Amino acid sequence: MASNYLDFEQPIAELQAKIDELKHVGSDNALNLDEEIQRLQSKMNQKIKSIFGDLTPWQVSQLSRHPLRPYALDYVDKIFDEFHELHGDRAFADDHAIVGGPARFRGRAIMFIGQQKGRDTKAKVFRNFGMSRPEGYRKALRLMNMAARFKLPLITFIDTPGAYPGVGAEERGQSEAIARNLAVMSELPIPIICTVIGEGGSGGALAIGVGDRVNMLQYSTYSVISPEGCASILWKDAAKAEDAATALGITSDRLKELNLVDEVIPEPLGGAHKEPDEVATQIADCLERQLDTLEKMPTEDLLEARFQRLLAYGAYQEN
Amino acid sequence: MSWFQKLMPSRIRTEGGNKRNVPEGLWTKCGSCSAVLYRPELERNMLVCPKCANHMPVNARMRLKLFLDEGEQREVASNLEPVDALRFRDSKKYRDRIVAAQKKTGEKDALIAMVGRLHGREVVACAFEFGFLGGSMGSVVGEKFARAGLEAMRLDAPMICFSATGGARMQEGLLSLMQMAKTSGVLARMARKGVPFISVLTHPTTGGVSASLGMLGDVNIAEPGALIGFAGPRVIEQTVREKLPEGFQRSEFLLEKGAVDMIVDRRNMRDQIGSLLSLLTSGRKPRPVSGELVNDKAPQPE
Repeated sequence: MASNYLDFEQPIAELQAKIDELKHVGSDNALNLDEEIQRLQSKMNQKIKSIFGDLTPWQVSQLSRHPLRPYALDYVDKIFDEFHELHGDRAFADDHAIVGGPARFRGRAIMFIGQQKGRDTKAKVFRNFGMSRPEGYRKALRLMNMAARFKLPLITFIDTPGAYPGVGAEERGQSEAIARNLAVMSELPIPIICTVIGEGGSGGALAIGVGDRVNMLQYSTYSVISPEGCASILWKDAAKAEDAATALGITSDRLKELNLVDEVIPEPLGGAHKEPDEVATQIADCLERQLDTLEKMPTEDLLEARFQRLLAYGAYQEN
Repeated sequence: MSWFQKLMPSRIRTEGGNKRNVPEGLWTKCGSCSAVLYRPELERNMLVCPKCANHMPVNARMRLKLFLDEGEQREVASNLEPVDALRFRDSKKYRDRIVAAQKKTGEKDALIAMVGRLHGREVVACAFEFGFLGGSMGSVVGEKFARAGLEAMRLDAPMICFSATGGARMQEGLLSLMQMAKTSGVLARMARKGVPFISVLTHPTTGGVSASLGMLGDVNIAEPGALIGFAGPRVIEQTVREKLPEGFQRSEFLLEKGAVDMIVDRRNMRDQIGSLLSLLTSGRKPRPVSGELVNDKAPQPE
């Protein structure tokens, strides 16, 4: 099995392997295999279209955690002209699962905060698999307040399985760290735009996710609990994650329908890692457009609109 | 055989013989020290075991009754009911779970909010109903809490919330998660307006409620021995793969780690919060005491 392909992508992987093989053979001798290669290529494109045209929520969930998926710092490189990473919460430590600092974005000065995962094993451990401890959220809080002080709009990229559930995290007040950010973000007197670029894992994601606009990449997910976690609690069987993913409604299209997301940023067939530059441009265009709108609003109106947005969350009936 | 039974009463007692009628629920066994306690007396003791001071669960209505002054009270947003926006279904339909929980608790959802008085001072008090789907926070809980907060700001009255919850309600998906943002947003506004919020964390308070309104009190109070945390102990054990120390995530641990301000015995809760509020609000100009029923300030329907 090709390791950089997900289970449901295996038919594509097989065709790609055949094409590569033919290309290799073709370059070695005079045989003209172009026709055959072209035939396989179009067959593969069709396969990609059929698979990606009808992804299940569980498949999207796998895609949102794809090992090749661009992470926050990959987009930072592509979108910002300048970025100065600032470290530490000034109280306990520097959390490597959250990165942030001032940046230049298409001429504007902004504050950036993002959740960062690691690519290889060593980096994964360094980034704690993208799971923040309280000091990560408190570093973010420090940067948020700094952004407000210097009137820099705040841009956040969300990509985390969730806040880290560990002994130390509990001792240092994981709950309080998340709660504090929610409260502060709701009143931060600067425009805030939050974009889910991969996994939006529950409270850990929301802790940098309260803003004036919330966007999702097409194949990202945003959920109150991971499908696996939900399955093990409600179905008493983690293997029912596929059912849970469907029931929870974690995909961008579903959340757009529920009015919980403002904009879905399209990804190419196969996912963001197929065309990272193109996706980065799409994100940047979206952010620029939204900033243009938000920066025109007087602070008071901005905050009132944000408050009304928060109040509008929910589905209930009144008898 | 009846003449024989009269002559020689059987020494073997059979079911339904001369069993005395004991009304159900008259006796309660303490979960901690196993003492068998007379229910009316236990209730007079606010459901705290008189033998070992174990704080037993209290349902939301009883909680508010024990906390607020007797007399006129007005419930906030009592007409809100949950809907199944996602058509969620696991082994049971969410819809059916709602109906079963409503039948079991007699409540429409997991939060009750009430305007009343504490030692004569007008307050807004909320309490989670743990019996309703584990006191989980969905859209109704979030909306009720928000309206209670707006009401507290309108009346310029302090707000108190008693949490007892497993966290966000999974069956409402991301809508539930957003209630964390919503409730925290309302509390942020209250803080800016100088309306005090006292968060009372009772057993258990975990997950999305702990990581939002629960930890945002101007003063955070815990009842003795309550489990309070972000992640549940089982999840942490699975992550770190070791046994957790005794008392981990209990009130006393949180006090030690600086997450709560104080641990207060339920029987002193009214007095303690009353005194705190009196101090917290004394720096501001006093509002005219109406002396009238809280009812006359009911908001007009929009």
